[in-house]
Amino acid sequence: MDVWARVTGHEEGAVGALRGLLADLLRARVVDAVLVPRLAPGGSGVVPALVSRPEDVADAEPLAPVMPVQGARLVSALTAGGAPYRLGAVLRSCEIRASIELAKLKQADLAGVTLIGVDCLGTYEVPDYAVLVAGGADPVAHALVGAPQGTVSPLPRAELRPACAICEGFVPSGCQVTVALIGVEGGALVMASEELVEELGYERVAAPQHREETLASLQAARRAERRRALEEWRSRVRDVPSLLAEFGRCIRCHNCMVACPICYCKECLFRTATFDHAPAEYWQALQRRGALRLPADTLLFHLTRLNHMATSCVSCGACSSACPSHLPVSTLFAAVGEEVQALFGYVPGRSLEEELPLATFREDELSQVAR
Amino acid sequence: MAEAFEPRIVAFLCNWCTYAGADLAGTARLQYPPNVRIIRLMCSGALDPAYVLKALLEGADGVFIGGCHPGDCHYQNGNYKARRRVALLKKILEQTGFDPDRVWLRWISASEGRLFAQTMTEMVAAIRAKGPSPLRGRWGT
Ligand code: SF4
Ligand code: SF4
Ligand code: SF4
Ligand code: FES
Repeated sequence: MDVWARVTGHEEGAVGALRGLLADLLRARVVDAVLVPRLAPGGSGVVPALVSRPEDVADAEPLAPVMPVQGARLVSALTAGGAPYRLGAVLRSCEIRASIELAKLKQADLAGVTLIGVDCLGTYEVPDYAVLVAGGADPVAHALVGAPQGTVSPLPRAELRPACAICEGFVPSGCQVTVALIGVEGGALVMASEELVEELGYERVAAPQHREETLASLQAARRAERRRALEEWRSRVRDVPSLLAEFGRCIRCHNCMVACPICYCKECLFRTATFDHAPAEYWQALQRRGALRLPADTLLFHLTRLNHMATSCVSCGACSSACPSHLPVSTLFAAVGEEVQALFGYVPGRSLEEELPLATFREDELSQVAR
Repeated sequence: MAEAFEPRIVAFLCNWCTYAGADLAGTARLQYPPNVRIIRLMCSGALDPAYVLKALLEGADGVFIGGCHPGDCHYQNGNYKARRRVALLKKILEQTGFDPDRVWLRWISASEGRLFAQTMTEMVAAIRAKGPSPLRGRWGT
């Protein structure tokens, strides 16, 4: 059974508690290494790091509101096929959900991994974060001020990433350790198994009184914001010309796919010879159509990607953040994703046991699709 | 323009059932419109939806997929898997501004030559009523 506890014996405040927790997990040999963001050289950002010495977590930045890499990609790199050591991974909810999807796709092995999920207070785009820090702002402190009341708002004159502004899934689930910030007074509390709390020697506490209602009200606000954004999208994208207009600036650089945690294929269809058209094929297509947009197949690329992974899209927004043309990739995937996920009654990242929609079927279903 | 429009339909047919059904329709001299280009597959479950998308983006006015009746697939469950894939594809098409009703999935067996001819006639009429694909002649997709 999971119990609530307070991290004891470390610096005050949520950041101190988290650093302390990681050091304690390493010292107690619950894990041999932790994946956690650390201050990047130069100080204008953070980078994910794999750390094995307890003293190295002293400059960890586990709460920096920025996601330079979708952590599930790293969990996959570190665990696919099984890691020879015990890994602890500090992740946001969308990173945990993507890790679970990757485990189902056999691209990660979560068996020996201690997932340390942290309430997500939203993230800024990487360049925006650097500008804020350079200007002397403290984005972590700002985010933590509102956390107890569940007011998660960006710094003045700054914006959270669009995916975060409409994110309902900011509370981690399915992890061995949960670090709760929202609706919690006086820093962070952790929730973990009784045995682990005992092993770490933490003080057990009562469940935070106002957490549930605080989470519920923030979730309701986000849900309304998501509805509004997706309705606006649907009213804009009604037919093929309006879809083409949204993606008019796409140069098929594949950045969205490279950043996406779910797009794992080593041999993506779009990087195979299938899309290396021979010069004669361009000439043929030209004769048929009179003129050709180049690079070719931009819409086919997005539709195929939707077809391959929209059922598993966790709405993390990594695709949009990576797009050099600032296209609304994650809005497209959020809008289509919720419909296809509803079609199969599937919630990506909810549980390891739930089968991927295309890995299974029922004999008595979808009779309206074929007769 | 309306008179000049002849629908172009790409049909992906399972070798063991609908393809043989189409063959039977041919040998029995059953009439159906000549608007259908047939591509043979070993099973409806072998169809990669990317090819359906490619056909639509190249300006096909309709795509037909024919497989064995439920329970009759030669590879046990290829047609059930195809049904999930087509359901997914049609939902994506609907959500991205395409007309999902330009894609048909039907179960037609090797002995149902008449049903094949009827279904083709029906589909060509339905697509004719819809008009040409909005992708026809576009220079940039
Ligand atoms: S999408 Fe949600 S969980 Fe992911 S970074 Fe944004 S707010 Fe956090
Ligand atoms: S990152 Fe942007 S420009 Fe590049 S392929 Fe994706 S949508 Fe197109
Ligand atoms: S498509 Fe975009 S929002 Fe969805 S999982 Fe991939 S990167 Fe995240
Ligand atoms: S063999 Fe015909 S659908 Fe599978």
